[in-house]
Amino acid sequence: MTAITARIASQPVRSGLWHFVRRNPTLVGGAVVLLLVVLAALAAPLIAGDPIAARPVNRLKPPSAANWLGTDQLGRDVWARTIYGARVSLMVGLSVAAIAMAIGLVIGLCAGFGRMVETVVMRLLDGLMAIPAILLAIAFVSLSKASVGVVIAAIVLPEIPRVVRLVRAVVLSVREQPFVEAAVASGTRVPKILRRHILPATLPPLIVQATYVCASAILIEAALSFLGAGTPPEIPTWGNMIASSRVYLGLAPWTIFGPGLALALVVLAVNLVGDGLRDRLDPRLARRM
Amino acid sequence: MTAPLLEVRDLSTHFFNQDGITRAVDGLSFHLEAQETVGIVGESGCGKTVTALSILKLLPPRLGRIIGGRILFEGLDLAGLSEPQMRAIRGNRIGMIFQEPMTSLNPVLSIGHQIAEAVRIHKGVSADRARARARQMLDLVKIPDAGQRLDDYPHQFSGGMRQRVMIAMALACDPKMLIADEPTTALDVTIQAQVLKLMLELKAKTGAAIVLITHDLGVVAETCQRVVVMYAGRKVEEAPVRQLFARPAHPYTRGLMASVARGKAGARAKRLNEIPGMVPSLREPIPGCAFAPRCQFAIDRCRNERPQFEAVAGEPAHQAACHRLSEVLKL
Repeated sequence: MTAITARIASQPVRSGLWHFVRRNPTLVGGAVVLLLVVLAALAAPLIAGDPIAARPVNRLKPPSAANWLGTDQLGRDVWARTIYGARVSLMVGLSVAAIAMAIGLVIGLCAGFGRMVETVVMRLLDGLMAIPAILLAIAFVSLSKASVGVVIAAIVLPEIPRVVRLVRAVVLSVREQPFVEAAVASGTRVPKILRRHILPATLPPLIVQATYVCASAILIEAALSFLGAGTPPEIPTWGNMIASSRVYLGLAPWTIFGPGLALALVVLAVNLVGDGLRDRLDPRLARRM
Repeated sequence: MTAPLLEVRDLSTHFFNQDGITRAVDGLSFHLEAQETVGIVGESGCGKTVTALSILKLLPPRLGRIIGGRILFEGLDLAGLSEPQMRAIRGNRIGMIFQEPMTSLNPVLSIGHQIAEAVRIHKGVSADRARARARQMLDLVKIPDAGQRLDDYPHQFSGGMRQRVMIAMALACDPKMLIADEPTTALDVTIQAQVLKLMLELKAKTGAAIVLITHDLGVVAETCQRVVVMYAGRKVEEAPVRQLFARPAHPYTRGLMASVARGKAGARAKRLNEIPGMVPSLREPIPGCAFAPRCQFAIDRCRNERPQFEAVAGEPAHQAACHRLSEVLKL
């Protein structure tokens, strides 16, 4: 007994940051990468040159001291374009996640509590889900003038049903809990019950879902740009960079490395953050490590 | 005599689902005087809980409906009230204690918050006043260090303490009536006794009348003044508690009493008595006495004609619904 106490006491107290990093390697790893990308995107004018200026003399030059990742078919700096491309990708990813969560949460709460709303809305959303996200987004974009805002709206639309289903599932399970019945029995109104007792329960899975939505939005945006739908061509995005470098792949493979690697890295980082958050927020689903 | 606090008259609550109608409560009548404790006893599925939910109109929407009868509370027919009107009564004039103290509190809100919530809803007082009231209630239900424990969460309390918190919540608005649905079933025996004692003490302090729903005759004997015995959604017997135990009149009540374990220390263990047969299905209408198929006294009349209530041994307060009352009483 005393030996055990002594041993416990002799172990160093694992405190603070390092302990947290050790316990949550995926969360911290993903967050660090993401943070670096966000900082780079914000500081783009400081760390990269002009992404638009074309110098045809310099076209398709391999990586050098002046152009770290080489130049593309119009002689534009691939490094600068990759960094500026992060702005579009991150903005689309984050706005889609935020908007889809907000709309999905409201619809999900209503659908989970009101039977009439549920039948109508859920069938509509099921119909929406049957169409692949990318096709729906292309259709939506081709109906309107190309801009980043339209792209965001086009990607939000197919993500909403997924969020609604998640929120509704949580609402349906929580509203059967005795404490909700007890709240009704003490005369609480439905909006207050939703806010007080049900909303908090939906947040952990919702936050995790938001990261996955964010990752998939970044990929869909890249796909849309690749296909030439959506983001105006004068704005550098990873998708349209990959699309234009495809033609010169044999001649100048470096043109595709910058955007390709950046896309893979960011999506991976977002997914790592999602996994890490899931492990933290929802212990029942956590992988045993 | 003034009108009783609660008078349930001929209440029928049915459940409508895909494969038919379940007559969960079938023509139930009883009353509750101010400051009185009435027990409703019966086995699982006899309609005790549905009766409680009917009074507060908390039946599952679209599935369960009150299809007949009146629930007069302070002269107001609850059966006819709208949802907003009911909200003003729930938790305010009528408090309810649920069976499961472990799950009836929201795990992510502090208990002070949860007690204060009902006070704020119904009394419209400031957050500070509601908190003070919550603290006072915790003191009243004898939770030590009430001031500090207000900010604790349900998982920091034991089962018995949580049930006391539930009682504090139910009584926070000074209700005239408390419905306790199996308040001690989920607790172990020593804690049961504590919680029952506390409920009686608080009843004396606050003057609330109690409808105590239980399947435990021992609990009834300790706490209630009058008892309503239910079987298959109907009342079969009603009596002051002493008379019920001294002189159970309905064959079902007798069976219920006989099936309670009554061992003396050191005595040879005897097999428990049981009531033969099963509770009838509530899907089909029962024309006669619901207990007839299991009753050793049953005659054809019992199966075909629903018995009326008769006073037992000239006591108007003691009523039983049995065609063969006089024969049963001779035994």
